Parts: sequence; structure tokens; C-alpha cells
Amino acid sequence: MSGFFKSSIGRKVAMALSAFFLMFFLLQHFAINILSVFSPELFNEASHFMGTNALVQFALQPVLIFGVVFHFVMGFILEIKNKQARQVAYVKNNGAANSTWFSRNMIWSGVVILAFIVLHFIDFWFPEINTKFIKGDWSGTMAGVDGYRYYEELTHKFVSPIRVGAYVLAFVFLAMHLMHGFTSAFQSMGSTAGRKKTLQNIGKAYAIIIPLGFIFIALYHYLNH
Amino acid sequence: MALDSKVPKGPIQNKWTDYKNHINLVNPANKRHIDVIVVGTGLAGGSAAATLAELGYNVKAFAYQDSPRRAHSIAAQGGINAAKNYQGDGDSTYRLFYDTVKGGDYRSREANVYRLAEVSANIIDQCVAQGVPFARDYGGLLDNRSFGGVLVSRTFYAKGQTGQQLLLGAYSAMNRQIARGKIEMFNRHEMLDVVKVDGKARGIIARNLVTGEIERHSAHAVVVASGGYGNVYFLSTNAMGSNVTAAWKIHKKGAYFANPCYTQIHPTCIPRSGDYQSKLTLMSESLRNDGRIWVPKNMDDVIAIREGKKKPTDLSEEERDYYLERRYPAFGNLVPRDVASRAAKERCDAGYGVNATGEAVYLDFASAIERYGKEQAKIQNITNPSKEKITELGEKIVEAKYGNLFQMYEKIVDENPYKTPMMIYPATHYTMGGVWVDYNLMTTIPGCYCIGEANFSDHGANRLGASALMQGLADGYFVLPYTIGDYLANDIRTGKIPTDTKEFDEAEKAVKDRIDFFVNNNGTKSVDHFHKRLGKVMWDKVGMARNEKGLKEAMAEIKQIREEFWKDVKVPGSANEMNPELEKAGRVADFLELGELFAKDALMREESCGGHFREESVELDGEQKGEAKRNDEEFAFVAAWEYKGEPADAVLHKEQLEFKDIELKQRSYK
Amino acid sequence: MNLTLRIWRQKDSNAKGQMVDYKVTDISEHMSFLEMMDVLNEQLVNSGEEPVAFDHDCREGICGMCSMYINGEAHGPDRGVTTCQLHMRMFKDGDTITIEPFRATAFPVIKDLVVDRTSFERIQQAGGYISVNTSGNTQDANAIPISKHAADEAMDAATCIGCGACVASCKNSSAMLFVGAKVSQYALLPQGQVEAADRVKNMVAQMDLEGFGNCTNTGACEVECPKGISLDNIARMNRELMKASMS
Repeated sequence: MSGFFKSSIGRKVAMALSAFFLMFFLLQHFAINILSVFSPELFNEASHFMGTNALVQFALQPVLIFGVVFHFVMGFILEIKNKQARQVAYVKNNGAANSTWFSRNMIWSGVVILAFIVLHFIDFWFPEINTKFIKGDWSGTMAGVDGYRYYEELTHKFVSPIRVGAYVLAFVFLAMHLMHGFTSAFQSMGSTAGRKKTLQNIGKAYAIIIPLGFIFIALYHYLNH
Repeated sequence: MALDSKVPKGPIQNKWTDYKNHINLVNPANKRHIDVIVVGTGLAGGSAAATLAELGYNVKAFAYQDSPRRAHSIAAQGGINAAKNYQGDGDSTYRLFYDTVKGGDYRSREANVYRLAEVSANIIDQCVAQGVPFARDYGGLLDNRSFGGVLVSRTFYAKGQTGQQLLLGAYSAMNRQIARGKIEMFNRHEMLDVVKVDGKARGIIARNLVTGEIERHSAHAVVVASGGYGNVYFLSTNAMGSNVTAAWKIHKKGAYFANPCYTQIHPTCIPRSGDYQSKLTLMSESLRNDGRIWVPKNMDDVIAIREGKKKPTDLSEEERDYYLERRYPAFGNLVPRDVASRAAKERCDAGYGVNATGEAVYLDFASAIERYGKEQAKIQNITNPSKEKITELGEKIVEAKYGNLFQMYEKIVDENPYKTPMMIYPATHYTMGGVWVDYNLMTTIPGCYCIGEANFSDHGANRLGASALMQGLADGYFVLPYTIGDYLANDIRTGKIPTDTKEFDEAEKAVKDRIDFFVNNNGTKSVDHFHKRLGKVMWDKVGMARNEKGLKEAMAEIKQIREEFWKDVKVPGSANEMNPELEKAGRVADFLELGELFAKDALMREESCGGHFREESVELDGEQKGEAKRNDEEFAFVAAWEYKGEPADAVLHKEQLEFKDIELKQRSYK
Repeated sequence: MNLTLRIWRQKDSNAKGQMVDYKVTDISEHMSFLEMMDVLNEQLVNSGEEPVAFDHDCREGICGMCSMYINGEAHGPDRGVTTCQLHMRMFKDGDTITIEPFRATAFPVIKDLVVDRTSFERIQQAGGYISVNTSGNTQDANAIPISKHAADEAMDAATCIGCGACVASCKNSSAMLFVGAKVSQYALLPQGQVEAADRVKNMVAQMDLEGFGNCTNTGACEVECPKGISLDNIARMNRELMKASMS
């Protein structure tokens, strides 16, 4: 089995597995975030649960970190290897004739998403880690705020139009990434389902609705501020 | 030297079995001390190389392409015959044998053909075991189709790509042996001469086509499986690189060349569209099952069509001449290949050709579409179907049967064959003649064998459809591996053949001198210039119909072109690099010699038989008036030519053909 | 029509190549692309220049020799055809046509437009066969019934002509369509089952060794494949390898 993950196919299966995990995570993340639009209380409850539950914090969170890091590191490794497979480039290449722009540019949409993740970590994750693991404050509250602090923190981030702009742009790229990535992951896993109309439509829906939803949340808080 | 066919004694059905029981064998431990060279890796060469390697011999295989999978066997569309009698329609080894001898117009060697029929069934078993995806019926069993000239369904097929699948099967068997180290594969190498030591074939001189290096390779036996020589016509359905060079080189070193004039001109090819044409494309013979062949009756219509003023569909039934149905009411559009080809030529020579070059006839599917449409309407319970509905239903059936061929036609000609008749014209397709071999498939050079299309043995003067693949694989998988053992049994103590001997020196020098001549000759005309001129003489005077005057002229003209070639040919580039023009020059030089021998053979054979039609030899009266007339009293022999310098000086040796198991009859398709 | 041809010229595998422009005139729309190349070469020979070397043989789309990258696409702009089946009616008078060799590290250029595709050979030698002796002592062909569906699907995979258009078109120079087709042909047939696990492992290992890139499922190969080999074959190969690795 260890030989399997060293082979080209093994690596793409690993990419697909991490992708499935990340897509599931994204869905879950979205489900919680959208609550902020309807009910700050519910959002706070859910956030507090996720932020303090031991299973989430000590089991799922490391897996997630690993998944994210693995997905982009392997992505870069494969990209480099694939580039080496053609050392002299074509003078004229008409990629649009046979494939989608999204599929040929996964590395670029991926890089933009990675840059966003860095921003996102600075915005939310590092402060969280700092609060919980360095300061040891697991209460989920902060001075000057009634109840939990999460909703307040969230809306606070969507004040700056520049940050909202970056946020929107990143999710446009995420949509592009998913446009190819969703069905591609099925194909890598050896399923032809990704080539059938049904799953292609589900893939397109996912690739558009989830990022659009995140964009909606950002704009909602920005405009209601 | 008298020709000895070495056909074993005894009743025909026992010959091969008895023979195998009594030949010398080489024990497995000794086989690994014996080297065999195989030149050409198509169906015959590829299957032979794989089997010899599997038996334990060290095989060196040579192909001019970059892989054995590219050999032109790959282009065979229709299928492969085998006397399996899966359909229970009365097929048997004897029937396949009989059909092949009759189809060959009684000019093949009975014993060889019987053996071919005998091993045919085994080929199918072998190929299925190798994973060849033959067509199946819904019960999971193998499907068959029927082919021209026979009364049973014995043709196995894999869509329209049977040759491809069989070749890939042989190629995979080769790959297995290459991986085991038993075959050393030399891709992009061309054999340029055979080396004889003490009268025996002991090696070859080959050119590495990538580096230009001249290499020496030794072996205890040399097998030539280099295919046919149809490209002597310049335009043919053969691949661009198909050539006679390996066969011609062994001929020049002592192997007799048999029946060069037996050439098959296939009736259903896409016509030439201009002088730039590089090759012709075959449309499967199966199209004649549903297509009707015609030309206009009136010359006015011919002219109007050529000038684009009229379309073929404008002509009414009365204005059309369905000449095959008119001349051969019994077989109609399904007469054998040679008859159909000559009939098309007759009409076009009379001026009725329907395209700009005047060399095309129509193959019309309109009535088939209508017939199938009505049938479908009945099946689907459509009452009073409109004409459009019938056409629509009919086109669907025709598409299911011939869709890929129609699409291929449309890509090439840019006309929709569902709406307007196809244009077709005969083209050179297969050469029945080739290097003379005995029952063991050995040439007149001891230790030099010749198999597949390159030899002459099984198809007589005309080959039946789906028999070429059968012969290639029979020779390679099942015949040669036995017969060669009988010869090699004497070589177990010989040891490795050295290549630093004077025989190799001399052969290599001759090859190098010739290459140096080409690259240093400051001529003015390209190789293709000469090849095209040769092709035109061959087509006009040694083509579908031949006569004494034309053949004599052809011999003189070919000699003339050859002399000009050696003075004025221009080959750019150098010897020590990849140089396609240099490769072509060597091949065309050999075609220019073969062409003359071809014409000489045709001139000698003053009868019409199979693919060879002499205008002087036709039936003068009766029902068969104007049809080909065979002359069994004087010409029931194989013409084997011995090289004596100039092709015109070649000496004829006759192998008398005996027909003990089949009665000689005239073919009638009226 | 009159055309400008922009063609990759490279003396040999070690030389540095470059694009060179040539003019051809009076090209008929009925010519095949390679016949147009013949016209150019005849012109070059007559003017004392070296003709352009290119691979070709059967000129009817089945041998898999011809291999040109025309205007940025393997085998040019038409679909379901090889270079030799491409016709000049796909182009217009005055066009500039860019012609390059199939490019991949695993397909080094030998000369001009001729590339070395023996990496494909080595992949086949690693396992692209069924280990059965060719002695003829096999069981009767009808002793192994095979469903029509499986036979047809195997045939579709076996249609591959090994031209390498899939590799040339792939942005990653991946050979997975080629290897997937061969793995599939045998995986679909009962005869291929015995060695199925070793076959897929060995062929994939050799493919990786040859320096082909990885598949990212862009689907370009399937579109450019002259024989329309389906991407499903790659999925099947992935499945076969997973299955083989788990057992």
C-alpha cells in the first residue's frame, strides 16, 4: 500500500481524498456561517461548540490542518513534476480547444485560495489559538460583549471594504477551483460518476452555491454594519 | 538448379501431421545457442518472432517503423477466415482449402493451401487466448460474417479493424518475449542486404535509420517477412514505407522470385483527386453487399456531371448503366475483386468515368436505403410511411452497418454518401507473387525463409477476402516455427556466427558504396519524380489489363527510367543522420528493377488468370465471351525467376502445379 | 490556396531547434495535410534544401505514426482524425500554420517533427500482454464466452493506435489515456484477469519511470484522441490499481 501512494495514480487519489475532506469541511463551515445571517445567537452557540469541543479541537482540527497543508503541498509537488514532463514548451498551444480554463489553471486558482487561507488564519485562526491555547481562555466571551464573542468578531472583520473585496475575490477563485475539482475528484477515485450529467450538475451547483453563499454572508455583514 | 517444392508424400489431409512427426527437432538446451533474424514485424514476422523466442531461440527482429505495431497489417479491415464451422453451415478444412484454390484461379500449391486451411481454426483459439476482442453475439460466442466468393460464414472480425487487433495480439506476444530478453527488437532499422556464408544465409546488413550507422547482424537463419510490393505502382493502398527491398535483396543473392505479375487490384477504393495524391484509401469490400455500381448510359450526362451541371441523383434509372448487374446477372455487384475491377476500368476506358480525372464510377446506396427503410417501416408498424420517413429509417440501418466507412469517405472527399453516391475506383492492394519458397517456407537460399505476403505460396493468382491475415498468422505462429527447426537441427554445434569475416566486409562495403553514391550524386530530380514515372508505366501498361505490346514497351521504359534514375537522382542530406529521402532512394532503386521483372513475367504468362489479365487471352464465344481465359495446359506452373544481373536477363524456372484433390474448372460468375 | 508554414526544425536530438517559415502555393483543398507537406518537401529538395522530416506511414489513420502538433492541437483542428486524415479544407487561403512535434520529456525529438515514442513500447513490455504461449495448444475459442457488452467495451479500448496525441495534448504530458486503454482492454476480458493486478502495477510503474506527468482530469486527451478513447479508461485504471494495491 505504501508503494501505491508513491505512484502517480496513488498521489492523485490522495489529492482526491483530501479534496473530498476539504469539500465536506467547506460545507460544514458554510452551514455554521450562514447562521450568522439569520440568528447571531444560534451562530454563537454553534461556534462555541466547535471552538471548545474536545473532539473537534483535538481530533478534527489537526486532520483539517493536515488536509489543507497536504492538499497544497502535494498540489505544488505534482505541478512541478508535471512541468518537468514537458521541458520544451509549445510555441503555439490552443488549450481552449480541448479543455476548460478552470481545469488547466487549478494551480493558479489554488494559489489564490492559499493566499486567502493565510489571510483567514491571520484574521481568525491565530487569534483563536492565541486566546485558547496561550492565554488559556476557553470561555468564548470577551469584555464589552454580552454572551459569546464570535458574532461580534465576525461582523468586525467585514467593516473594511478592502478585506471584503479580497474575500469576495478569493471565493470567486474557489468557485473556479471547484468547477473542475468537484467532478475531477470522483474521476481520480476511479469513479466515472463524475462524467455523468447528474454529478456534473451537482458539482456545478456546489461550486457556485457554496462560494456565492460565503460572498453573500460577507456582503450582508458589510452592508448591515 | 531444379526446383524442389519438398511437399511430403501421402494423402493431402495427412501431409502436415506426418511431416511434423518426422522432422528433426532442436532440444531446448540447444535452442538458446541458436540465433534467428526476423526482418519485418507485421502479422507474419511478429507472430514468428514471438513464437521462435518462446520456443527458446534468440531472436533479433527488425522493423523500419518505430514500433512493430505500425506494420501495415494493421490496416486490414474486414476479417480473418477460419474453418471453425461455428455457424454449422457446412464449413470444413476441405471447403476452405477448395475455396482458396478456386479463388486463386488454380495457380497455388495444393499442399500449402491445405495446411493453411488446417491450421486456420487454431489461429482463432490462439488470438482469443491472447485477448483479441473479436466481435461476439449476445450469447457471448464468437460472431461471423460472410465474405465475397464463398458460400459459408467463416470470417471472424473485430469491428472494421481486424488487422489492427490481430497485429496488436502478435505485438503483445512479442512484447512478452522482449521483456523476457528473448527478442532483441531493432526499431527504425532497415535491412539492406543478406549475408551468405558457405552458401547459407548467416546474417544481414542493416541501417539504423536514426543515426545512419551501418550494422552487421549474424544468425543461423534469416526470416524475411517484409510484406508485399504494391508500391511499385507508386499509388496503392499500401503504407508509404511498404517496400520490396528485403525481398529483392535476397532475390539478388539467390532466392528465386515467383509470379511477380500476380497483383490484386481492389475494386472499391476512393479515387485519385489530383497529381499530388500520395496514396489511395481502401473502402471495405463489404460495401458491395448493399451498394450498386453504375455509370451514366449517355455520354452527355457524363460530361454534364464532370462539368458540375448535373448531379448523379438527377439521373433516372433508365439513364444509368448498372454494368455489373448487366454483365453478370448471377453475381451482380458481388463478383470477385478482379472481375469488378476490370469492369470498372472497361467503362472508364470507354470514357464513362464520372470525376474530373475520368477514373471513377458510382457506388450507390439509394436502393439499399429505400429497401431497409421499407423493411423497418413494416417492423415498426408504420402504415403508409412517407418517402422521407423511409429514407430516414433506411439511413439508420445503413449507418449501423457502414457508419465508420461513410464517415471516412466524407472526411476524405467532403461529400455525404447518404445523399449522393460514392465514387470509387480500383487500386493496387495486395501482391500474391513474391519470393519462391518450398513447403518449409525456405527460399532457394539455404537458411533463408520467407513468410506472409512477401512469399508467393498460398493465394495463387488471386487472393480471397480475409485470407491475408490468415496466411500471415498461420506462417508465423504455426508453420515456420516447426519447419525452421528441421533446418536448425544441423546448426546446434555451429556456435555463434562471427561478423568480422570477409563475407560481412563485402556485403557491408556494397551497402555503404550505394549509400555514398546516393548522397554524393549531384542529380537534379527527386526520388519521387522517378517513383511516380515508374508508377504510371506500371499502371498504364502492367495494370488491370495487359497485352504483349504494352508489356514490351513497359520493360523498355522502366529500364530507361532506371538508367535516368542512377544518373540524375538527387538525395539531399548526408548518410550519417536520419534521412527519409535516402531511405526512399534505396527502395525506389529496387522497385525500378522489380518493375521490369514484373512486366517480363506478365509478358511470359500468355494466359489470363486471377489478377493477371492478358487481353489476348479471352473467351471468344459462348456465354463467357470476353471473359478471362485460363490456359491450364501450358501455364499451370509457378514462374520462379533467377536473378542474373539485369532484370531482363532473369532465368525462368518452372514449378509444375499438380491438382490431385481439386478438379480444374473455369470460374463463372454469369 | 497559399499558405505560410511555421515549422519546427531541429537537426538531431542534441541540436537546438527553432521555428522556420516556409511559403507554399497552389495548395488544393482536397489535399491531405501530409500531401501538403509532400509538396513542401518536393519544393525544398528541388531548391537544394533538406526536406522536413516527419513520421508517417499508412496514411489512412490506423498505424499511429503521424504525429504533428498543428496550430496548437495534436493532429490539428479537426476531430476524430490523425494528421494524415486532416484535409486542407480545414484551412483558409493566406493562413499561417504552426507545425510542431509532439512535445514531452518522454518523447524526445529525433529530428524536425520526428519524436521517439519508445517509452510507449517499454510500458507495453512491462505488462501489456496476456502470458499465453503462442503454441496453439489453447482451448477452443468458444470455450470462453464473453458478454457482447464486455467484448465491445474491450474493443473500444483496444482501438488505441498508440500515436501519443493524448500525451501531446495533455498539459501535464500524462500518458494515462494510453496506459488506461491497454489496462482496460485486458481488465474487461476474462482472459486478462489472472495477471490483472501485476499488469496494472507494472505498467503504471513503468509509465512513472518514463517521466510522463500526472493526470489532472482536464479531458484534453479524450477530445484530441483520433480514436475517441474514453476518459472512463483512466478511471478504470485508477480503480484497477487501487484494487491491486489493496490485495
